[in-house]
Amino acid sequence: MLKTFPLGGVHPSECKLSRQSAIRYMPVPEVVTIPLAQHIGAPALPIVKKGDRVVVGQLIGRSETFVSSLIHSSVSGVVTTVDMFEGPQGRRQMGVTIKVEGDEWSPEIDRSPEVVRECTLSPSEILKKITEAGIVGMGGATFPTHVKLSIPPGKTAEYLIINGVECEPYLTADHRVMLERGEEVLIGVELLARCLGVRRTYIGVENNKPDAIEHLRKLASKFDNIRVVPLKVQYPQGGEKQLIAAITGREVPSGALPVDVGCVVQNVGTALAVYEAVQKNKPLIDRVVTVTGQGMVSPANFMVRIGTSMREVVEFAGGMPADGAKVVCGGPMMGRAVSNLEAPITKGASGLLIFDRKDALRKPEGSCIKCGKCVEVCPMGLEPYLLNVLSRKHRWEECEAAAAADCIECGSCSYICPANIALLDYIRWGKSEVMKAIRARNKR
Amino acid sequence: MVTLGYTVLILCVLGVVAALLLYFVAQKFKVVEDPRIDAVEKMLPGANCGGCGRTGCRAMAEALVKNADISSLYCPVAGSEGMAQIAEYLGKSAPVREPRVAVVRCAGSCDKRPRTSTFDGATSCAIVGSLFAGETGCSYGCLGFGDCSVACEFGAIHLNPVTRLPEVDEDKCTACGACVKACPRMIIELRRKGIKNRRVYVSCVNKEKGAVARKSCKASCIGCSKCAKVCPFEAISIDCNLAYINAEKCRLCRKCVAECPTGAIVEVNMPPRKVADPATAPATPTPQKADSSAKSNKE
Repeated sequence: MLKTFPLGGVHPSECKLSRQSAIRYMPVPEVVTIPLAQHIGAPALPIVKKGDRVVVGQLIGRSETFVSSLIHSSVSGVVTTVDMFEGPQGRRQMGVTIKVEGDEWSPEIDRSPEVVRECTLSPSEILKKITEAGIVGMGGATFPTHVKLSIPPGKTAEYLIINGVECEPYLTADHRVMLERGEEVLIGVELLARCLGVRRTYIGVENNKPDAIEHLRKLASKFDNIRVVPLKVQYPQGGEKQLIAAITGREVPSGALPVDVGCVVQNVGTALAVYEAVQKNKPLIDRVVTVTGQGMVSPANFMVRIGTSMREVVEFAGGMPADGAKVVCGGPMMGRAVSNLEAPITKGASGLLIFDRKDALRKPEGSCIKCGKCVEVCPMGLEPYLLNVLSRKHRWEECEAAAAADCIECGSCSYICPANIALLDYIRWGKSEVMKAIRARNKR
Repeated sequence: MVTLGYTVLILCVLGVVAALLLYFVAQKFKVVEDPRIDAVEKMLPGANCGGCGRTGCRAMAEALVKNADISSLYCPVAGSEGMAQIAEYLGKSAPVREPRVAVVRCAGSCDKRPRTSTFDGATSCAIVGSLFAGETGCSYGCLGFGDCSVACEFGAIHLNPVTRLPEVDEDKCTACGACVKACPRMIIELRRKGIKNRRVYVSCVNKEKGAVARKSCKASCIGCSKCAKVCPFEAISIDCNLAYINAEKCRLCRKCVAECPTGAIVEVNMPPRKVADPATAPATPTPQKADSSAKSNKE
């Protein structure tokens, strides 16, 4: 019996169309726009100005705040503007636009292909390197990794859990990373484990990737204390709390952090970035993006420089299908629809999904028949039908009492609802109002 | 027979004891409430809209009776007249405020601001606003899902199906401010109703640079500050590429309306230009020109 999380969950059709496609390097584009806010926390401030010449890996944005991340140039060339640009959801945000000239890398970066395992750095030195490389959670949440690795005093991390679950349908970026860069990932995991000083490391991989499980198991035999755990296919297993419950059986209490139960969760993509940062001095300047969809001629995985426009990535993958109506950045369950394709790929963009008109449109909303399916599938044990009603009636205090703040926005309730009610839309609204109220109360 | 007599007697005694007990308890815990509160509550509109800043009409009535100085309390629904009646009843001086009305500061109708995407999820501005910039290119303007009209207790604000913009019924609007709170884009403002309901205001809240704003909407304020230069009363200020007309200073000369290159400045309930006040519009050829441009803007 394979392990999984105890409560709720759904199993959408997997549609991993691009699982056989090896990661290809996308050519460097002519122009990149690198957003200064690609992470959770304070946006970085630009330290370059118009006309400056930059090389690959050069620091272009930084912030003095702890919960923030550094931003590096992903190309070499000349800075044309440091200004507002239109983001993927149409909102304007700060970014550095660079016109590419050649491909000159910073001399500190080791570009040799051989895999280096020896590392003599102390945990604090590893943490410093991770901070300087601007690494954030690559699974999509983009929480700064160095913040997660700085364990608050009085708490200890027992287990490091590596998320190779990739429970979202369609996405295959992590799958390909595990298959093709397995050894580097495991070295990255080892570095993370040393940085945290944990007893044991688990890599959770869902059972629909048997090749990755076998490959990692073979490699892991060369490492101490790394165990690959096959998991039952169940969405949202990639959620931090769900993965901890699936592997260790521990439950993260409401309002607490994973470290409160002695766990730290990192994505496999993050582990690879950590390897490159520590052993190769390479900051986070590119990432694997899955470009897929039922209408795409050849769904594929690309290594894309941060800041490349989404339109160029789609075009490189064979162009927009004729009936392409909607582009989603991220997975189909939690990703966000893109209204401006000129927006750049950021550190958290794990995939670009293209849907045709039929799949893009929501079905007409019916009435709630109180079937209770949403309650059954909620991985946090909430009552989505109730939160939906409370939110529609603006009854925020009752939303708080019904634990709206615990919602992880996985969308299982909206997926399962037979009446096609936009449950998550309303719950997310309720959650944001509750969080606002909690913040206001804490301030007082 | 005797048993029956006892039963009746015991029940009667119990009844009397209970009545006495209740009487003394009622005396002991009696709450003395000012009878005027009830009277004032009856004089208030009873809409419980929260426009006064209190939880409802009862709370407002209590505050009106308790506070010696009621100049800071005002029910916008009752208006100055209603407040004067209440103040007379209470023997206090009535708060006087100028009547106000909700004004929608967005003129981006479908023809001026074409759609760039469609959203088919939850029909609520608050949700759409938290997800993305909206169905049009303007990330400041009206989202068009009608949270304001849902919030209005008086049925005074409705979405126009042609323009997809909310329209305020001036006769029904009580300036309670519910729509102002409901709008996530903060485009609704409570403005002075003005003499004969005449008003001039900037119907745009876009703070982007002129070129960006103009690209997303043809009726946007581009912050060119032509209006501020032409205004004889210094009523117009420009902040973050956006003009704002101070209703206290504005004398409704309408020079700015004629000057605005995008038609973002709107005049309502104004008489036709030709009979415009000669004192404020001295030059004769200008009004003619202004009239035609104002018309074309409206079209």
